[in-house]
This record gives sequence, structure tokens and C-alpha cells, in this order.
Amino acid sequence: MNIVERFGGVFLLPVAIAIIAFVLIGAPSSWLTLTVAGLAMGMMLFLMASGLSLVFGLMDVLNFGHSAFVSFGAFVAASVLAYFGGWLGSESIFLNIMALVFAIAAAIVFGAALGWFFERVIVKPVYSDHLRQILITMGALIVAEQLILATWGGTPTTVLRPNFLEGTIIVGGSSLEIFRLFAFIVGAVVYAGLYLLLNRTRMGLLIRAGVENREMVEALGFKIDRLFIGVFMLGSALAAMGGAMWAGYETLITPALGAEMMVIVFIVVIIGGLGSIQGTLLGAIMVALMQNYVGFLAPKLALASNMLLMMAILLWRPYGLAPAVK
Amino acid sequence: MSLLSIRNMDVSIGQYSVLHGVTLDVPEGGVFVLLGRNGAGKTTTLRSIIGLLDRPEGSVTFRGEDISSLHTSDIARKGIAFVPENMGIFGGLTVAENMVLATASGKFDQTRLARVYELFPALEQFWDKQAWSLSGGQKQMLAVARAIIEPRDLILIDEPTKGLAPSIISAMGEAFREISETTTILLVEQNFSFAKSLGRDMAVIDDGRVVHTGTMADFAADTALQDRLLSLSMEAS
Repeated sequence: MNIVERFGGVFLLPVAIAIIAFVLIGAPSSWLTLTVAGLAMGMMLFLMASGLSLVFGLMDVLNFGHSAFVSFGAFVAASVLAYFGGWLGSESIFLNIMALVFAIAAAIVFGAALGWFFERVIVKPVYSDHLRQILITMGALIVAEQLILATWGGTPTTVLRPNFLEGTIIVGGSSLEIFRLFAFIVGAVVYAGLYLLLNRTRMGLLIRAGVENREMVEALGFKIDRLFIGVFMLGSALAAMGGAMWAGYETLITPALGAEMMVIVFIVVIIGGLGSIQGTLLGAIMVALMQNYVGFLAPKLALASNMLLMMAILLWRPYGLAPAVK
Repeated sequence: MSLLSIRNMDVSIGQYSVLHGVTLDVPEGGVFVLLGRNGAGKTTTLRSIIGLLDRPEGSVTFRGEDISSLHTSDIARKGIAFVPENMGIFGGLTVAENMVLATASGKFDQTRLARVYELFPALEQFWDKQAWSLSGGQKQMLAVARAIIEPRDLILIDEPTKGLAPSIISAMGEAFREISETTTILLVEQNFSFAKSLGRDMAVIDDGRVVHTGTMADFAADTALQDRLLSLSMEAS
């Protein structure tokens, strides 16, 4: 094991990106603001992409409709937040938190239920047929977008934020948005929970084994179908949660949100490697940091930067940076 | 009564018909060897028994119970273990995690674990290592160890000596001999000298049909029959 591997290997890449950006940006306060924004965005992308990575890895399902869960999560959360608008504007932090908890919980429950429906009705009939999976899940994404359009209308929806998450704090001369710090903490907590689920429980062990070899898990006496639906619901719930957080981050959302996020979520999963939570986190952080730094240094290249990053990584590691199956 | 009986099993994979009316009886105890040339249908037979191929025609009965329509996981829970040709090791999991997945309760029977360590000492040494870092022989040991960590009545093993060094093959043979004292093994093998040293009963499958069944002792003594049925791909005995 060489020295780079010993100190984290590919997981040092975000650090390398941050160091290079620090040199290019020059101003430490701007760099810190961009880094915090990138980390917060990365955590939200991680929430959206982690389920897709697991579903892709475990079930070999190309779900192009995954970002529909992101959209629904965002709009359901926005509606719940609007319903509790009085609590959000209150000086009581307790009421602020309760409104936020209800909004995120509603998004999660709706996402899980939609995931169950999606898996049973749309995905199950096309298992092991990638072409039909792509067609039917893309179709489902379009239907989802139209449903959102019919329910919430075409004009951008304003998302209310709780009072306690408004504003900024000043750290070392940098202005840091409180919501971004909150998003980072929520993402980190979810990552820790997923890590413990996958590495400290029997269900997690089965998921990790299933990602590698589904047939063998069945030959050892486990029904993988039940695991499939559980993972699909977990993935869709996480995506909806990511959508809810994204709604609070953007504060203005449109029905096209899902389609807009789809490309970036797939880039994250491809960069990170299929079926790996660590890989997805790594991919999400790298993509988000790149987008923020390049957006500051060369705004016209911001969108292209992630495509270039993905191309470079796939040329170096065709299976992504940290795939579950080695 | 046979432990496992296959009657008139037809299997198609995609548009190709692979097995044509395979009929086979595997008696309880010892090692039953299934021989045949490449592509004859040996692996397909094992995968059909464990339910990994879609509903084959014909019947498969295990201890008198028809298992041909059961899900793979239910067949496994009847007491049948499967060691595939590619070993089916979960490379991203540790040796310990691979082993614990093969237990029904998630806990080891210490007596059986001690037996595994006795048969395959390398596994104890690499217990906490990720399985992808093991050598080919150690991976095969892990695959077989997973099959015996719980009480089983039948173990289906597909070409366990493929690509292994002679010293590892010899150790594997010793392990199989010991395992077969308590558990029936249905072994698919192309290494005839290895198969001959272990098998009590045998069958030859060719072009998706069983073309010979009998005892290994009789087959080993009949070089003309060996030449006729296996000469294209089997190594010299």
C-alpha cells in the first residue's frame, strides 16, 4: 500500500480540488464561502444520489425516473412548509423545528410510498431489460413532471424557510449561510446512519452482498425480492429528502426540477461507482465543489466542468472511484 | 430412495435448448461426480437443481419432495448448498462477513466453525481480510467453507479445481473426502484424476443428455468408455 492509499487514496481528491481552488481563488474568505456552499450542495446531492446508486448496484435497474422522487419531495415539503407558515415565522425555535420536521417527514413518507408504487408497477415488469427500463422510467419522469405541473401549477413555487435557518454567520471574514451549514449537518447525519445500516446490521450485509452477487445471496437462502423493494423505498425516500432540502436551499422551485437534477445525479453515481455509499458521497462532494469553484473562477465553464470531471475519472477508473464491486 | 432425483429435465436458455430429458439419481452419502465435455450441460444441471434457471420442464425431487417450482432461497433452506464455478465470493465483504451470511441465524455454531478452521486453516488467518484480497485457492476454500458452516444434506460444487495449483487441489480433495463422510456432494468436475479419487458414483452428460451412469470404480477401469465419452476435453487420468 503506497502512502497515498494509506492516507485515504481517492478520498483525498476533494481535498486536492479544494487546495487547487484555494491557490487559484487567492482570497481565503471567498474560498471558504465557496467550500461551505460546495460541501452543503454535495451533501444534498448525496441524499439524492445514494438511493440511485444502491438501486443501480443491487437491482441492476437503470431508473431514469429517480429524480421524480426529488421533485415530489421538494414540492411536498414546500406545501407542508407553506401550511405551517405561521410556525415558520414564529420566534419560537421549537415551532420552527417542528414545521421543518413535518415537512421533511412528509417528503420522506411520500417518497417511500411513491417508491413502493414505482417499483411494483413500473420497474418490476422490466427487471433485466435495460432498454425497456430506460424507456419506461424516462416516461415515468415525464408523467411525474406533468402531475406536479397539474397539482402545483407552472409558476415557480416559493419555498419558505424557518426563521432559525435564515441569515448568515461570519467566520474568519467569510459570510456563511446558516441553511448551508444545516444542510451539511443533515447530510452528514444521514451518511452516518446509512454507513451504520450497511456496515453494522445484517440487512446492510445482505444489501452489500446483493450488490455484488444477487444469485449467490439467494443461493444462501435469502429472498432478495424483499430486499429489492426495501432498498427501492429507502432510495426514493432519501431522494425525496434530498429534494426537500434542495427546495429550502433554492427557495424557488419549478416542475422541471427533477429533469434538471437527473443529469447531475447520474454524474455523481457514475463518478462514485455503483452500489457504494462512500463512492456516492465522494462523487457528490467532488461534483459540488467543482461546480462552485468553477462557477466562481470561470462561470461559463460551470456546467461543463462536471462533464469534464466525469470524463477524466472514467478514463482513469472506468468503474468509478469507489465501486462496491472490486 | 435417492437423496436427489431428476426426471426428464429439459432446460432452455434464451433460444437455445441446453438439457434434453436429463434423468439422474443421486444416492445419499459420498461424492457423486457429474462428468462431461465443455458445454455438455453440467453447470446448467446444477443451476437448475438450485433453481437459478427459469422453471425447467420435468421434475427435481429432494428427499421425495418436488422442489422444481420452489424459489432458490427456499431450495437452499431445504438443506442444499451451492458452490458455483466462479465461487460466488462477495469480494467487498470480509471472510467473516462472507461466512456469517451463510448462517441462518447470523451466529456461528462454534463446533462447526472449529471444523472449518481445521479443514481450511487459512480462513482463520485471513478472517478479517476482505475476500477480494485472497488467493484463488483461498477463495475456493471460503466458498466451500460457506457451504458447510450450517448442516446441509447436499452440496452442489461446480468445478472446484479450475485454475488451482496442484498442492491446493490435493488439500481440497482431502477436505471433500472428509466433508462427504457427513454430507452428500454432487461434484461437477473436468479434472478426471481428481474426480476419480473422490467419486463413488458418477454420470456422464453429453450434449444435454445423460449418456452413462454407474460407479466410479467401473468407469475408471474402462479406458475405452472414458475415451469415447470424455476424450475431447478430459485430461489423461
